[in-house]
Amino acid sequence: EEVVIPPSSPGGGGARPRWARGPVRSAAPEKMISESSSFVKGMMLGGLFCVFVTFIGHNKMGHGTKAHHHEHHHIQAPNKEDVSNLSEGERMELSHSIRVYCIILVKPKDLGNWAAVKETWSKHCDKAEFYSSESVKVFDSIVLNTNEMWVMMRKAYKLAYERYQDEYNWFFLAHPTTFAVIENLKYFLLKKDASQPFYIGHTVKSGELEYVDGDGGIVLSIESLKRLSKIFEDPDRCPEQGGLIWKLSEDKQLAVCLKYTGVLAENAEDSEGKDVFNTKSVGSLIKEAMANHPQQVVEGSCSDMAITFNGLAPNHMHVMMYGVYRLRAYGHNFKDALVFLPPAGSDND
Amino acid sequence: MMLTGFKGSWLAFHVGIVTGFVSTFYLLNGLLWPQPPGAESQTSHPDVDPFWVIQHPALLSAGHPHLSGEVSATAAELYSKVRILCWVMTGPSNLETKARHVQATWARHCNVVLFMSSVRDDGFPAVGLDTKEGRDQLYWKTIRAFHYVHQHHLEQADWFLKADDDTFVVLDNLRWLLANHTPEAPVYFGKRFKPYAKQGYMSGGAGYVLSKEALRRFVEGFRTQVCAHTSSVEDLALGQCMEKMGVRAGDSRDAAGRETFHPFGPESHLTGKFSKSFWYWNYCYYPIVEGPQCCSDLAVSFHYVSPELMYTLEFLTYHLRAYGYRYRYQPPLPENAARLLQLQGRPKAGNATLLVQGSKRL
Repeated sequence: EEVVIPPSSPGGGGARPRWARGPVRSAAPEKMISESSSFVKGMMLGGLFCVFVTFIGHNKMGHGTKAHHHEHHHIQAPNKEDVSNLSEGERMELSHSIRVYCIILVKPKDLGNWAAVKETWSKHCDKAEFYSSESVKVFDSIVLNTNEMWVMMRKAYKLAYERYQDEYNWFFLAHPTTFAVIENLKYFLLKKDASQPFYIGHTVKSGELEYVDGDGGIVLSIESLKRLSKIFEDPDRCPEQGGLIWKLSEDKQLAVCLKYTGVLAENAEDSEGKDVFNTKSVGSLIKEAMANHPQQVVEGSCSDMAITFNGLAPNHMHVMMYGVYRLRAYGHNFKDALVFLPPAGSDND
Repeated sequence: MMLTGFKGSWLAFHVGIVTGFVSTFYLLNGLLWPQPPGAESQTSHPDVDPFWVIQHPALLSAGHPHLSGEVSATAAELYSKVRILCWVMTGPSNLETKARHVQATWARHCNVVLFMSSVRDDGFPAVGLDTKEGRDQLYWKTIRAFHYVHQHHLEQADWFLKADDDTFVVLDNLRWLLANHTPEAPVYFGKRFKPYAKQGYMSGGAGYVLSKEALRRFVEGFRTQVCAHTSSVEDLALGQCMEKMGVRAGDSRDAAGRETFHPFGPESHLTGKFSKSFWYWNYCYYPIVEGPQCCSDLAVSFHYVSPELMYTLEFLTYHLRAYGYRYRYQPPLPENAARLLQLQGRPKAGNATLLVQGSKRL
């Protein structure tokens, strides 16, 4: 009589099951016993396997939580204690030592927002320049002669490094729909050494790549910008054209290039763990909070030390300018460690 | 037959593996690891809201709201010395859609707050004024609301604010404004309009605030029938009563001459260009300024504020700021504030200078 050998059982060891070793007798009670014994054996095997897998997984989680943190980087604002121990002289020195250069990438279609950014928050950068895809009559800009976002970004970063590497230690890149509070950015960068490779913003994970979402603004230390400029020369690792089959967005491209130089993205958070770079507007975040936790709308949504918001129409930028730099409740003061003076020749802040 | 028998064992074996795995999985998860916590239960129901002491139907502030990182001694001083009772004009259909958001935001900064509706609501809580609803009822509601406040809460406050359920108010800035005046003077403040009344009148939507003496005279006016329900245009009618009773229409502008009470939202005032034919141009008592100088840094009110904008403005006023920024506008210390402290028997030099230093540090 034929004996058909089945494929080897999963997780099983070497021995072939008893019934495969020889001809099987077709007696009914024996069949039932052999079935149930197989079932029980299977159950034991399955159970053991489960325990095995679970404990391996649990251990991996243990190390894995650390590994997980390495994979999703968080970077925090200074502690209140760090900051309160500074002398008056140290505070002044610190306020002046953080010099931020702002790059705003614009296109002619963004004219309304371009004007609003020019009239509002960009005045608080140590220097702000508009890098445009093409020349525009109404405003001065650095003309890049390309419509492609990634190419624009490359050229802008390259130019910024060439011209300003000795003058500024932090480089902030934004789109004209973003509103930024540069003082809060400077406070956030307070104890961070610009000669270290920092790449900070609102991060997103895409597969293995963690990148800073351009909508929330991108912060690079001078060291990161230096490394970036070098890798721009490498057409294999950091090509000017996007991916082969489909184009990666420019913020992902940036992350890929920086990763080759050893620079990893970090998600910026305040002391409560709230994001300080936001890819949405205050209004959107409030709306979400009203839906998700209506009893704690304001306290549960944005950070008090928020640095950016995105998706703002020009009018909203003017309201934000008033809301951040002017509107306040009399008698509520703060003991801040830094001092920032209002810019000259301005009246909306 | 042999084939089926053998296949049966094979099948049983595999079914056994799956069963064993799955049952062990649930066993382990049930026994060894606690269930992950469910969604965080929301804090503070209105009943146990830490902001209020409920004295039905009034809400008495349990303390002066401020952030933990703040130095808010000045604001706390003003909170206790310039007491403001807020009453919010609302209605049954607006309680949950509008008044609730007022209650969750700026109303927390009042010393006492009352929600005035046509129908009593013990849960919200809201006062029932026994009127109907509708635009034509506005002055009736106003008359009854002020009488109610006068009857039940006169001693609990120095100033009495009326606002709509789509008005946003910054109470701390109102206290700064009022600290320079005494509640015994017959005066009221708001966004001043000029037509139809010699001294002008205050816009209803932008909110207006009466001194204690002004409130007394309003009630007295109705008792002596000098004032009556002359029209349903609430703000104008009230303004005319004020004028008849000798209550002065005050100038609420800041030290730089900028308006503090605003009849529209911040976006309209800051960015809007009102067309020359718009009624607003003919109504404003003081010259209209368009653009950023329309509005004081220490704004007191805005109108036509949606629920979402209520929270946004609360966030912008009390939470979001530019770290370390030295404001351009350094408002002067209210002269009377220093005097108020002396009247309370506090050591003169110490606290007056504290307030001076406080405002300079701004």
